[in-house]
Amino acid sequence: MGELQTLQQKINYDKTFDCVQCGYCLPACPTYETLEKETHSPRGRINLVKMVAEGKASVEDLEKPMEKCLGCMACTTVCPTNVQYGQILEGAKEVIEDHRVKSASRNRIEDFLFGSFFPSEKWMNTLGNLTWFYQRTGIQALANISRLTKLAPLHLDKFEKVIPKQPSPKERAQRMKRYIRKRPAQAKVAFFTGCVMDGVFFQTNQNTLELLLRFGFEVVIPEQQTCCGALHAHSGKVNDSIDLAKRNIVAFEEEEVDYIVNNAGGCGARMVEYHHLFKEGTSWHKRAKQFVSKIRDISEVLVEADGMFFNKSVDKTVTYQPSCHMTNVQKVKTPPLQLMKKVPGVKLKELARPDFCCGSAGIYNIVNYEDSMDILDLKMNDVCGTGSESVVTTNPGCLLQMKLGIEREGVSHTMNAVHLVDLLLEADPQQQ
Amino acid sequence: MSNWMEALKKEIPDHQIMTGIADRYSYSFDASFGEHLPDAAIQAKSKQEVVHIVKVANQFNIPIYPRGQGTCLSGGPLPVCGGIVLDLSQWPEQIDMNADDLTVQVSPSVLTARINEEAEKHGLMYAPDPSSAHVATIGGNLAENSGGPRGLKYGVTKDFVLGLELVTPEGEVIRTGGQTIKNVTGFDLTKLIVGSEGTLGVITEATLKLVPKPPAVQTIMVEFNDVRTAGKAISRTLTSGILPSKMEFMDQACIQAVENFKPSGLPVDAEAIVIIELDGHLETLNVETILVENIMLEIGAANVSIPATSEDAARIWHARKQVSPAIAKIKPTKVSEDATVPRSKIPDMMDRLHIIKEKYQVEVVVFGHAGDGNLHPNILCDKRDQEEMARVEQAVEEIFQAAIDLGGTLSGEHGIGTMKAPFMEQELGTVGLEMMKRIKDSWDPKGIMNPGKIFPEKGQKLVLRNG
Repeated sequence: MGELQTLQQKINYDKTFDCVQCGYCLPACPTYETLEKETHSPRGRINLVKMVAEGKASVEDLEKPMEKCLGCMACTTVCPTNVQYGQILEGAKEVIEDHRVKSASRNRIEDFLFGSFFPSEKWMNTLGNLTWFYQRTGIQALANISRLTKLAPLHLDKFEKVIPKQPSPKERAQRMKRYIRKRPAQAKVAFFTGCVMDGVFFQTNQNTLELLLRFGFEVVIPEQQTCCGALHAHSGKVNDSIDLAKRNIVAFEEEEVDYIVNNAGGCGARMVEYHHLFKEGTSWHKRAKQFVSKIRDISEVLVEADGMFFNKSVDKTVTYQPSCHMTNVQKVKTPPLQLMKKVPGVKLKELARPDFCCGSAGIYNIVNYEDSMDILDLKMNDVCGTGSESVVTTNPGCLLQMKLGIEREGVSHTMNAVHLVDLLLEADPQQQ
Repeated sequence: MSNWMEALKKEIPDHQIMTGIADRYSYSFDASFGEHLPDAAIQAKSKQEVVHIVKVANQFNIPIYPRGQGTCLSGGPLPVCGGIVLDLSQWPEQIDMNADDLTVQVSPSVLTARINEEAEKHGLMYAPDPSSAHVATIGGNLAENSGGPRGLKYGVTKDFVLGLELVTPEGEVIRTGGQTIKNVTGFDLTKLIVGSEGTLGVITEATLKLVPKPPAVQTIMVEFNDVRTAGKAISRTLTSGILPSKMEFMDQACIQAVENFKPSGLPVDAEAIVIIELDGHLETLNVETILVENIMLEIGAANVSIPATSEDAARIWHARKQVSPAIAKIKPTKVSEDATVPRSKIPDMMDRLHIIKEKYQVEVVVFGHAGDGNLHPNILCDKRDQEEMARVEQAVEEIFQAAIDLGGTLSGEHGIGTMKAPFMEQELGTVGLEMMKRIKDSWDPKGIMNPGKIFPEKGQKLVLRNG
């Protein structure tokens, strides 16, 4: 196979032909709106992938437009011809990554890790226990942050400000791994904790467990579970992400459960697509399908649980910022809204453009800080317009970004951002 | 740096000038065929900027191609001779509503659907509704004279334009028409410019007409066992004192494609369906619905369904919207035509399309705005298959010939651009085309304004193949 053909295969050249260039994706794309160029639209990016595959443009030409893509997948929801943009994006990221590995210097990675990341006490506290975090994410994900940001300063201070107070390592260690239920259970579920959720929003994870138990589920937390691999795949490290997928499939196969529940829209979106990572007909593909069939967002299992009511009124006006990956990839849209509407006292005011990404997008807000803030400003305009006291989200990245947005707008005295499960627990759910 | 680029930079901010290869390729295409690399893509956000860019282009003889959101289906904004793509989509949106006059003034960048949204706030309607209205700019709609389903009752873009502001190919600003419905002062340059596909200048503002928004709508779906009866039913309805706002046609291939793609409850056994939308006051609609039902049954329709709720109606229209994605599943490349015939000739056109399909062994599905004779025969193919594309080229040629033979036209609403230019003489005759060319030459003596469109080069042929 010639070099161009290898590239064509890797970059999913064939899939670019599904795009008929109708442009229906343009109004849905946040970066087309803020960067104002076709180059930063889904249609433009797909066309560039095609141009690179045909040898008309170079991989370097593709780098910036792909790096600026949030990966929010809003384009896939409006696409009339069902273009597999996610796969085209990941193929392009992989090709860019391969190309870069060949030419990049390693120093910058070390510069970052030893110069900025390790010395930041706040970050380290935040991530609880460093070893633990590294076991979860793999050092590559961090190395990647550093290389991508070699030209831009990191705005870590901005994030530090909005990160919640962390539990002691002891508290983390004390979490039980299994909750047996003596009475009949709604279902038996395995909880996927997620790295950022567990690292930064540990309390929300605890609240999730509490909710599951109160709603009558039997819960296990498989110890061998690992990072979902979303960040890896979005940065072109496809092999790493396949490896992580396999480890998770194995970890969750060991437990006989009805559902694998998560509370992070991004992780859930990754996991519902695990079967795409393996060739059809292989045993891994089969195992992945089995795994995928059990994946549920926390809101999906709660909404189906019978006999629950909320004991306490939460008198607040709230708005809901859906996770793009939950909407566009998992296609879970209504359960969070249904749950919020059940909480007494909650006045739900929907956003004018809920499906517009908040700009968090994995590590996008770290590596493309300025672009991300342009998008966040548009989002906050919408959020503030609802006059809400709380912004509810269903994904750690969005939650962090909303907190950042509230700080930026200077409205932290009147508004906060919470995960859906925090709101639900506040309303004191009880079994009838 | 070239002289013209230096001259441009004097008044255009750097971030609006794109010369990198990634940016240039991003403005090398539209929603039709072909890819042509421009020397630069430049964004204009005001009339002054357009004037400057056009003056520079005129001075240095650089071709210039106005572009909205690039949703054109006929190659209108393609930079076929190199030069500058002038991106007008980022011009800040301006919609000045004059509700009492039933007019609105808009900047060229406004998305067409936004005009209607604003009009509705005042109980008014901007009727032209191309299916891309939520994406496409009014500037592009004006240049291409876009249509849409409601064209049947309300007319197309040109029927809604009262006045224009235009930057001429020499960089002068003129205003045509005005604010009034009646205006017979001099030649009707407004109508000349609308549909001229950017070959006569750059539209920088438009004054559009609005109409009262009908208070209610009613959908009716009619099934037919043969296309000829469907054709008759359309004519019979229109001669019975009823003017529906839409009469949309789908042939059996479309219906089956939709049902295979996303089952929507369409009748797969029907040879054709016609989806009708009536609009007006509720009382009138009740009367007209019964009339239509009777006409349809009398003429031999297989079935008439009248949705009871607006949700049921929405389901029918949703199924109609599924045609595009559904037929894309047949084969990846879609050659979408808009040849239009007199309404009574729809069955004859369908027969001709059937013959063409057999003769060239190509996949053809037909849907469209049957009420005004504007069919959309779509050929599904794969542009990687050179041999198949050669057959598609021949099939398209014959579709055009069929439309002309039946007294119709090459294009009902997509425009000529590059794709239909080779067939212009067939429809207009040598002198007819020559008169058009004379107008073009006197407006644009240097030939810099969107060259390579509408008018064919000597011996130009339709090409859908690469290389």
